[in-house]
Amino acid sequence: MPDLRELYQEVILEHSKAPRNYREMATANHRAEGYNPLCGDHFTVYLDLEGDSIRDVSFQGSGCAISKASASLMTQSVKGKTRAEAARLFDQFHKLVTGQSPANGNRAELGKLAVFSGVSEFPVRIKCATLAWHTLHASLEGKQGTVSTE
Amino acid sequence: MTTAAKRLPREFRPADVRDAGADIDVQKVRRDFPILRQRVRGRTLVYLDNAATSQKPQVVIDAIRQYYERDNANIHRGVHFLSEHATEEHEAARRTVQGFLNAADASEIIFVRGATEAINLVAQTYARTNVHAGDEVLITAMEHHSNIVPWQILCEEKGARLRVAPISDSGELLLEDFEKLLGPRTKIVAVTHVSNALGTINPVQLMIEMAHRWNIPVLIDGAQAVPHLKVDVQALDCDFYAFSGHKVYGPTGIGVLYGKSALLDAMPPYQGGGDMISSVTFEKTIYNKVPYKFEAGTPHVAGAIGLGAAIEYVNGLGIDNIAAHEHELLAYATDIVSAIPGIRLIGTAKEKAGVLSFLLDNIHPHDIGTILDQEGIAIRTGHHCAQPVMQRFGIAATARASFALYNTREEVDALVEGIQKVREVFA
Repeated sequence: MPDLRELYQEVILEHSKAPRNYREMATANHRAEGYNPLCGDHFTVYLDLEGDSIRDVSFQGSGCAISKASASLMTQSVKGKTRAEAARLFDQFHKLVTGQSPANGNRAELGKLAVFSGVSEFPVRIKCATLAWHTLHASLEGKQGTVSTE
Repeated sequence: MTTAAKRLPREFRPADVRDAGADIDVQKVRRDFPILRQRVRGRTLVYLDNAATSQKPQVVIDAIRQYYERDNANIHRGVHFLSEHATEEHEAARRTVQGFLNAADASEIIFVRGATEAINLVAQTYARTNVHAGDEVLITAMEHHSNIVPWQILCEEKGARLRVAPISDSGELLLEDFEKLLGPRTKIVAVTHVSNALGTINPVQLMIEMAHRWNIPVLIDGAQAVPHLKVDVQALDCDFYAFSGHKVYGPTGIGVLYGKSALLDAMPPYQGGGDMISSVTFEKTIYNKVPYKFEAGTPHVAGAIGLGAAIEYVNGLGIDNIAAHEHELLAYATDIVSAIPGIRLIGTAKEKAGVLSFLLDNIHPHDIGTILDQEGIAIRTGHHCAQPVMQRFGIAATARASFALYNTREEVDALVEGIQKVREVFA
């Protein structure tokens, strides 16, 4: 049986209560909206891209603890990274939360994001954990329209 | 009793139910529902998502199984034994529904897929004929999407206007505003009997009287009402009444539209096909009489028979006994849940049925749902297909516990313990 504490780890709870980089960014040159209407999770991700690198990233919106903490930790993880590095991190994060990441694999690269490993035991919550990331991805790609993981 | 139920072997009959007397012996009743015996996530299942769908008693499961094992045939067209018999059972189920709603005639009962299809049927036949550019359709601010979107589609097509009667902070319809919205342009009123997100019971009889003063027909969405309270369509004098079988202990994929004969007779058909015609040539088709005019194609025979068995089961317990049991349970749940620090109830109307929608501090309902699920407690979280209701209260979602005849005080206690667990996790 999956353990609740594996899902709701302290780091996740703490970030959901006090999200980092939680602000509108006036200087953003990219932004995208993520919305899961069934859940009601709704975020905007703001990006300040300088050439190929993410000079600044922030988000705002509302959602469950998992989606909010994921957005918060994501902004910390990708700040200062290049597009390619962010894309690689997203790929690893996605593998982690969908249970495709071996426990002894490259989790070191994920850093704090490893706290989301418990999500894979709760399949209906994967969409919560990945919403901000898909939104970031759309923002980086300059895609139009609202992103959803439902 | 339907023919199907009469032919059930003795051990399949709801004997417990018939012996139940004036009150519901909930422990006895629970034994009629095989699904409730299981454990989920290592815990005894506490099923509090009845407004989404109810569980099925053994008599319903058996009626469906027996139909396929013994009686299956196409209906209304065969001369052979099975076809004749299946037709008889299907029509017996229609008469059971007629009695359940106290409709004047069995031909006023149309079998559809569910309340959603029933509303779409009225929107696409009666309303499509009678609503024109500049006309208005009146609904309320507490409708399920199924009683909003069909009217939006119609209004868009016709250039008509959808009007919405507002609700109060407690989730009650503002009756004076509703009355003011009625007028010569209003061509149909469509309102829910009981709100799925708030539990509010609307004063539909009064609303129907108000609309009838303007000669406006009224459709009642009874999906959340028929499992919980006595519905008498003649006493209400409603023009249409819609409900789904699966919320009243019957199978999915079957539901009912009641309509007054005079209205149904004058309405164009819904879908074209077999069964809904009297004769077809390439030059002209003569439509069948009601209700068959609205039942194109081979119907969900097993579903209708299953629904008949479900209604017999409810009748056996007595809808008033069910209502009393659920009312007591809701009052108990309201008391002890609202005493939990950080709880905010959404939907606090004086007249309520079956539903307890709540928020807990700033904890998102999905987190509440996941933690309760680990305790074996099934509730619904989200917008409950009633996004305008959520917008009215300025929220994205709620957690919703909803009750049925087999729920117990112990299950409400388990819910409270589960909510305490949520508080601990998020402390």
